[in-house]
Amino acid sequence: MNVRAQVSMVFHLDKCIGCHTCSIACKNIWTDRKGTEYMWWNNVETKPGTGYPTRWEDQEKYRGGWEMDPKKQGLKLKLQGRLGALGNIFHNPYLPSMDDYYEPWTYDYEHLFNAPEGDDQPTARAISMITGRHMDNIEAGPNWDDDLGGSPVYADSDPNLAALTPDERSQLNEIERVVFFYLPRICNHCLNPGCVAACPAGAPYKRGEDGLVLLNQEKCRGWRMCISGCPYKKTYFNWTTGKSEKCILCYPRLESGQPPACFHACVGRIRYLGVLLYDADRIEEVARAADRDLVDAQRGIILDPFDPKVIAAARAGGISDDMVVSAQRSPVYKFVKLWKLALPLHPEFRTLPMLFYVPPMLPVLAKLKDGLYEVDGADSEGLTPLLTSLKQARLPLRYMASLFSAGNEEVVEAVYRKLIAVRLHMRSQRVKDVPEVEAHRALAQGGITPEEAEAVFRLTSLPTFDERFVVPPMAREMAIEPTENPLARKQAAGFGFRRAAKRRW
Amino acid sequence: MIDIVLFAAFPYMAVLVAVLVGVYRYFNDRFSYSSFSSQFLENRALFWGSVSWHYAVIVILLAHVLALVFSGGWATLIAAPVRLYTLEVIGLALSASALLGLVLLILRRLLNARIFTVTSTMDWVLLAALLAQVVLGLWTALFYRWGSDWSLATVAPWLVSLAKLSPQTELVASLPWVVKLHMLGGFAIIALFPFTRLVHLVTFPITYLWRPYQVVVWNWRKKQT
Ligand code: HEM
Repeated sequence: MNVRAQVSMVFHLDKCIGCHTCSIACKNIWTDRKGTEYMWWNNVETKPGTGYPTRWEDQEKYRGGWEMDPKKQGLKLKLQGRLGALGNIFHNPYLPSMDDYYEPWTYDYEHLFNAPEGDDQPTARAISMITGRHMDNIEAGPNWDDDLGGSPVYADSDPNLAALTPDERSQLNEIERVVFFYLPRICNHCLNPGCVAACPAGAPYKRGEDGLVLLNQEKCRGWRMCISGCPYKKTYFNWTTGKSEKCILCYPRLESGQPPACFHACVGRIRYLGVLLYDADRIEEVARAADRDLVDAQRGIILDPFDPKVIAAARAGGISDDMVVSAQRSPVYKFVKLWKLALPLHPEFRTLPMLFYVPPMLPVLAKLKDGLYEVDGADSEGLTPLLTSLKQARLPLRYMASLFSAGNEEVVEAVYRKLIAVRLHMRSQRVKDVPEVEAHRALAQGGITPEEAEAVFRLTSLPTFDERFVVPPMAREMAIEPTENPLARKQAAGFGFRRAAKRRW
Repeated sequence: MIDIVLFAAFPYMAVLVAVLVGVYRYFNDRFSYSSFSSQFLENRALFWGSVSWHYAVIVILLAHVLALVFSGGWATLIAAPVRLYTLEVIGLALSASALLGLVLLILRRLLNARIFTVTSTMDWVLLAALLAQVVLGLWTALFYRWGSDWSLATVAPWLVSLAKLSPQTELVASLPWVVKLHMLGGFAIIALFPFTRLVHLVTFPITYLWRPYQVVVWNWRKKQT
């Protein structure tokens, strides 16, 4: 057993209101520099939708992540082999280009003040932040398909819809049944990262102490393979410096005991942060699991931080006792391992992502009846169908399985059974309009005790700041702040450069 | 006298500048050691330009170096006319590919507004120098035939004499000017190397062939093994 600590995350999608505050918090700190305007280390997508960059989940196009090599029974990068990397180095055939994201622009505001007198109101034309030229046709932008905007074009080409029948797909477009939810995304800080494996120069690396995946700017030579290697498209190319950049999980904040900015700023309080202990010797074995076993295998690599054997092994591996205590308090451990409620995004990419999602409760199918919105069976059975109907979910379980369990519907259904049980149990306790027998049945079906249900409810609805963010203890608290004025360095390089990151050669 | 300056002093200066400035840049501005890829901003023209340029120029450069280092073997190789013709044809095809690729890369930088904005002055200088060098090389190949043969008695021993620190400029003194310009151009590009994106050459990531896929770095505490 080779115990390592990993700072990990849970996003509770039921609580996400799609306000993009997380994205803005991140952008203001990290990506307001030249060359990074188009980057959203944190972005929020509408699902169904094509996301950012467009259709990033389509690995036939982008070749991210790993796949099983049927010949060698081993893992290989979907992108290319080692020789292939050197052969494709002059031109990477699978690199997304700026048009797969969008061309960043600003507006000619000055014209509003300086325009000569005329018959018409002056306008502020869009100006490209790359070329400085006017852009008359803006064809994409951040959150272009937000809230299903343009869904016949965008939502319809969501790669996950391939799992649905034509009937189910056409239902999604019926106005009474339209449904969507939000999917906030940051770097998953994977255990088996594709970006690290794909880089010829060895610039991205996993930090041993806390598992953050960072990218050494001094080592990056602009071979741009990491962007293809990451199946989540969470490494980005800075077109000014010619180097790749990515989410750093605000490690300067972590090191001073604060949660990352996107976590801190989250209005819906959907985000949880905590340490997981895992067995690094088993990474490859887990990444090779069959599709339907991937979620279970990934849960299996996470170790019980209360187990004396694990604690002893952690100590032997140089993990501090503080870190173990932190892992014991981790909300992520509870959601992922103890309650099995949070699932990895697209585990079939086999990078072992360390950001987990509690899937959203799906709205149920309903009809308009006499001008009222009515759930099937609600007149005869009261509230229960509204709270329990999984079969009638407007977004089929298969869609969720395509996102969160490599297509294994049983895994997703088990999560939903539990979430429903929590709801029914708490409703019967608090509002008392659900009969207790109903609640008991739901608990039995969900395989969860009343005590657990209450704990899930508490951590979901009423957690304190310190319960949501159990930031691990890192030794370098506040080492920087006395010597650097953060405000003065805003818009500076942001990576600890002492010189502006511009071209001098 | 002018021969001494051009074919002895200048080559030494060029190599010295390349090494000193290159090392200085590596240790003081390692961040700038990069290919400065522009593929993200423009994808299609780069494919045709970059692939035909790089594969051709790398093979041609290797051929130059190998012919110099193993000049004995090279001489026997081209002794048979069939092999000589074959090599010359391959060389011409590669030069054509390099030239076309380079012209495409230059046009791309001129005409694509996005690429134009990320082009530095040194990029233009380098591209112009490379273009001149490729044209001069092609000129030599076409109008001063069988360079792979006659250079063995002229250019090769001159380069060897340079390497031995006893430059014999008379070896190349009577070569045509186009050929001389090609030789000087080579050293000019060596001198340009540390001031341009050409530094990406020495960072060729050959270690990727054997390094483990995953990289884990321990910062604060050395992990006990
Ligand atoms: C050693 C192997 C080499 C590798 C791995 C390599 C790789 C690259 C890469 C990745 C780019 C950026 C392409 C892009 O925009 O995405 C590039 C550009 C360039 N390389 Fe190389 N290169 C090599 C050798 C050479 C040599 C020998 C020369 C010339 C003597 C050269 C001249 C150039 C030039 C001029 C550009 C800029 C092209 C432009 O205008 O965009 N390279 N190289």
